Amino acid sequence: MYKYIIRRILIFIPMLILLTIIVFGLAKAAPGDPFTGKILDPTVDPAVFEKQREELGLNDPIPVQYAAWVSEVAKGNFGESMYYNGRSVQSLISERVVKTLNLGLFALAITLIVAIPIGMYSARNPYSLLDYGATTFGFLGLAIPNFFFGLIAIYVLSINLGWFPAQGSITSTEVTGISAFFNRIHHMVLPGITLGLAGTASYMRYMRSEVLDVLGSDYIRTAKAKGMTERNVLYKHTLRNAIIPIITLMGFEFGALLSGAIITEQVFSYPGLGTLFINSITNRDYPVIMAINLLLGVTILIGNLLADIFYSIVDPRIRYD
Amino acid sequence: MQANHGRPTPSVSSQIKKPKSPFQLALQRFLKNKLAILGVIAMVLIVLAAVFAPQLTSHDPTKGDLLMVEKPPSSEHILGTDSSGRDNFARILYGARISLTVGFSAMLFTLVIGVILGAISGYYGGTVDNIIMRLADLVLALPFLVLALTIIALLEKITISIFVFVIAITTWPTLTRIVRGTFLSLREQEFVLGARAIGASDFRIIFKHFIPNAIGPIIVNATLMMATMIIIESGLSFIGMGIPQPTPTWGNMISEAQNIRILRDHPEAWIPPGVGILVTVLAINFIGDGLRDAFDPKSNRR
Repeated sequence: MYKYIIRRILIFIPMLILLTIIVFGLAKAAPGDPFTGKILDPTVDPAVFEKQREELGLNDPIPVQYAAWVSEVAKGNFGESMYYNGRSVQSLISERVVKTLNLGLFALAITLIVAIPIGMYSARNPYSLLDYGATTFGFLGLAIPNFFFGLIAIYVLSINLGWFPAQGSITSTEVTGISAFFNRIHHMVLPGITLGLAGTASYMRYMRSEVLDVLGSDYIRTAKAKGMTERNVLYKHTLRNAIIPIITLMGFEFGALLSGAIITEQVFSYPGLGTLFINSITNRDYPVIMAINLLLGVTILIGNLLADIFYSIVDPRIRYD
Repeated sequence: MQANHGRPTPSVSSQIKKPKSPFQLALQRFLKNKLAILGVIAMVLIVLAAVFAPQLTSHDPTKGDLLMVEKPPSSEHILGTDSSGRDNFARILYGARISLTVGFSAMLFTLVIGVILGAISGYYGGTVDNIIMRLADLVLALPFLVLALTIIALLEKITISIFVFVIAITTWPTLTRIVRGTFLSLREQEFVLGARAIGASDFRIIFKHFIPNAIGPIIVNATLMMATMIIIESGLSFIGMGIPQPTPTWGNMISEAQNIRILRDHPEAWIPPGVGILVTVLAINFIGDGLRDAFDPKSNRR
């Protein structure tokens, strides 16, 4: 097992390096630079702009630029935004990351709270009415585009019923203290449900088939035979074993959740990383695009790494060669 | 008593019944699946609507009439008009063409890349396999949407074929891995050794022995992938990074609802294209699930 974990970590390092190369390459393949497309002041000598280009290192050979970029990134410095008048990329991103992270965790919480009990119920009562209902929901949840679901949610629950706000992350910055907390939660309900929908549908399916598998195994029969209560069999044996793949899945799915946030945030004008990303793409704000790409890429690499390690710890039967 | 385990007994009649081929057996199982048949019927209807769009409406889906902007449904425009005065019903019909074409061609493109790379990787193994798989890991390391959007942002102009290309080069790893996995397990089987022993070329082994044996998973995954492609296209078009206006696609139509006025007052403009996506994706998923159960009865999950 330890050998596997070490090997897995060793694979992680070249992947990380390749990721930085890809991200850097993508950004460098972009047409233009921060001076392209702007209306340049005609009274200023073009040589001044050329000098600025030189100072920004935009004329250096590509490997030099890459090395400079990586060493800055390693120090946590992603440079300055080319669009938001030289604000540092970290400050732009860190402000948004928290919001997206909150939204992602909120969506994940909804997903788990809904999917695990219903999946378990479905497995224990297969072909019951609720099981059919859950299956139908599963099919629909995986087939509906999340932006369309989000729009319907706004149309019904926000515009017509007025229960939830349709956009933003807080009513106004004047709200403070505990009411600000609830205000934020209130704003996260619709985007959270929208973002969590596909996950809920697929986790429910997984949970159902996992629990069905576990319930059919020998050790459950043994546990029942030695007189264990139904409750204990369910929680101590079944749930614990059935939930392992779900947790592993979460490690892999976290990236999907973050990229799902891009479209969901757009629907709800939620000021998170996703809206920042779309804005940066529209404005060709390459330092920000690079930083977000790298951030999400690293998050996913780490997520996969943790999921693999976790799996090798909880399920020692698995041999990797 | 003679045991008859479903084998034809030649003595019964002079005509010997040919045993059913695996493909016929799969077809038989598929036809028994009600949801899959429902999916096929729905798909046929949607494709017919897309093909016969010019016969079903007389409006041009790309020509706007600025005097007829955001009109409610009428006998002339049964689903009203959009913010540029284009007929919504015509845009749905022609949009089906684009959405289905993009979904299908993106799937086909990905399939070609996936089968070729997966075949090379799974058949030859070793260094080639390692390179292809690390490349796949790398593409998977970036969230699909982020990578696709970054590439789209790098391009000056997006056309349908460029769009399809972008989707294909960002989604190929999934199918490649599946094909590779199937090929790896086939490689160990004796009939491959046999084929090699009689001097069959690599090309022949791959095309005559591997691909026919892997066709089940390939078809199933390709089908399910087409549904994903349709959702991806609509999502990117929705945020304005997909097929550019005025080409009608379902995602483009729904993006009109980002305007709160249209969202609130004209549900007839954005709900039908959304339902179009939902029904199409559901139908394709039903067909895909049906195919999986048909090709691999053991995997019957329900």
